[in-house]
Amino acid sequence: MIFTHGLQMRAVLIQALRTFFIDRGYLEVDTPIRIPALAPEAYIEPLTSEGWFLQTSPELCMKRLLAAGIHRIFQLCKCFRKGERGDRHLPEFTMLEWYAAKSDYRDLMTDCEALLRHLATAMGKAGVLEWQGRRIDLGSEWERITVAEAFQRYAPCTVEEALVQDRFDELLVEYVEPHLGMATPTFLCDYPAALGALARLSPTDSAVAERFELYVAGLELANGFSELVDPMEQRARFLAEQEVIRLRGRAPGPLPEPFLVELVEMPSAAGIALGVDRLVMLFAGADNIDQVVAFTPEGL
Amino acid sequence: MYSASEFRKGLKVQIDGEPYVMTDFSFSKPGKGQALYRARLRNMITGNAFEKTFRSNDKLEKAALEERTMQYLYSQGDNYVFMDNANYEQLEISKEQLGDAINFLVDNMDVEVLQYNGRPIGVTLPNFVNLKVTQSDPWVKGDTSGSDSKPVTVETGYVVQVPPFIEEGDKLQIDTRTGAYVTRVKE
Repeated sequence: MIFTHGLQMRAVLIQALRTFFIDRGYLEVDTPIRIPALAPEAYIEPLTSEGWFLQTSPELCMKRLLAAGIHRIFQLCKCFRKGERGDRHLPEFTMLEWYAAKSDYRDLMTDCEALLRHLATAMGKAGVLEWQGRRIDLGSEWERITVAEAFQRYAPCTVEEALVQDRFDELLVEYVEPHLGMATPTFLCDYPAALGALARLSPTDSAVAERFELYVAGLELANGFSELVDPMEQRARFLAEQEVIRLRGRAPGPLPEPFLVELVEMPSAAGIALGVDRLVMLFAGADNIDQVVAFTPEGL
Repeated sequence: MYSASEFRKGLKVQIDGEPYVMTDFSFSKPGKGQALYRARLRNMITGNAFEKTFRSNDKLEKAALEERTMQYLYSQGDNYVFMDNANYEQLEISKEQLGDAINFLVDNMDVEVLQYNGRPIGVTLPNFVNLKVTQSDPWVKGDTSGSDSKPVTVETGYVVQVPPFIEEGDKLQIDTRTGAYVTRVKE
């Protein structure tokens, strides 16, 4: 069944997204979605195409553009992740990513606030999002809570214990996420260093990475971080990630060498990926991602 | 064996030698984290249920069930009567064991009756069934609520969300695995 309401909301929202970034001097780019190498990620499985890969994110190509001297860019594109299917997941989904040189993850949080307020105005929502019986106030100051604080407050153990027991994701989903983004949107900040493969470590606390996730009404919307720009450190982290992939019984793909070479030229920067389908869900009042896309894989 | 990525509502599996049906299933995956497969499993004999979170590498055994094609005849209180089309043998299955299937059963429908050690414990329905709408409120033209679905009741008493143009007397194709409306069918 095709939900025309979801599709109309989607079209208006995408127009408003573009206006937001173009008005702020960002250049819209569209990089290839079929690429020879990806950033290795332990828990994201790619789809292959004639020996290459369908992108799981446009991150590496966009960072190469930063390195080439284009300092404010955004992209709306399709990404592919094998086996991800649920009420909030599609194996092919629409991603918005934006990157800015000389900024860090705090600037991205400010961008997120401005972006959602802009979209709410464009959709006639006047600063309040209503979703699944919740009223989320976009106008007030948004909650910022560190991962360590959130585990302390909501989970049965500390974040360190959760990591040692390999239960971080499970406890996050079960105990922490249901509390996030309920009164205002929430920035869950400062992830354990091990969980930010492409993020810069905090200059004040090397145990955490300058990474955050944005939640609205318990729905995870975006993942942003201050970018790691040290090629040696980046290579070491990629190799470590490949080791995890091997331990999990998969064969890692080749390393993205041109990216690692050009990373030397990349200015300090911050970048973020936001799930557009979920954003439409929030504004359309949809509780299932199927309601905001033209076709699901099962419907093709 | 079923791997976690094959899990879905209605899957029949075996745990410690007992057959279970997956009555609820949800996929979640926190940003860059591990995929989690949360399932609710109901013991097909005792009716006891429990919830468990599985990960990508987890597997569950297929349930060792025998199936035979039988015709649904009628219900009597909480029991539903089925007949084997080959030898006319009849047997009863309780409402509880049928679960959601009662929403889609109409007289004379052929179904696969599941048996475990010779005991009937449930049925597998065709993936799609056609059911007649018995009650539907007319759609108000100019409805500005932005909603593009409305609830209707079908002949089994089941309530389903459908597009506004569906009217009383229409026949709907319904996916028995999800319970969702698929399309209107012409007879």
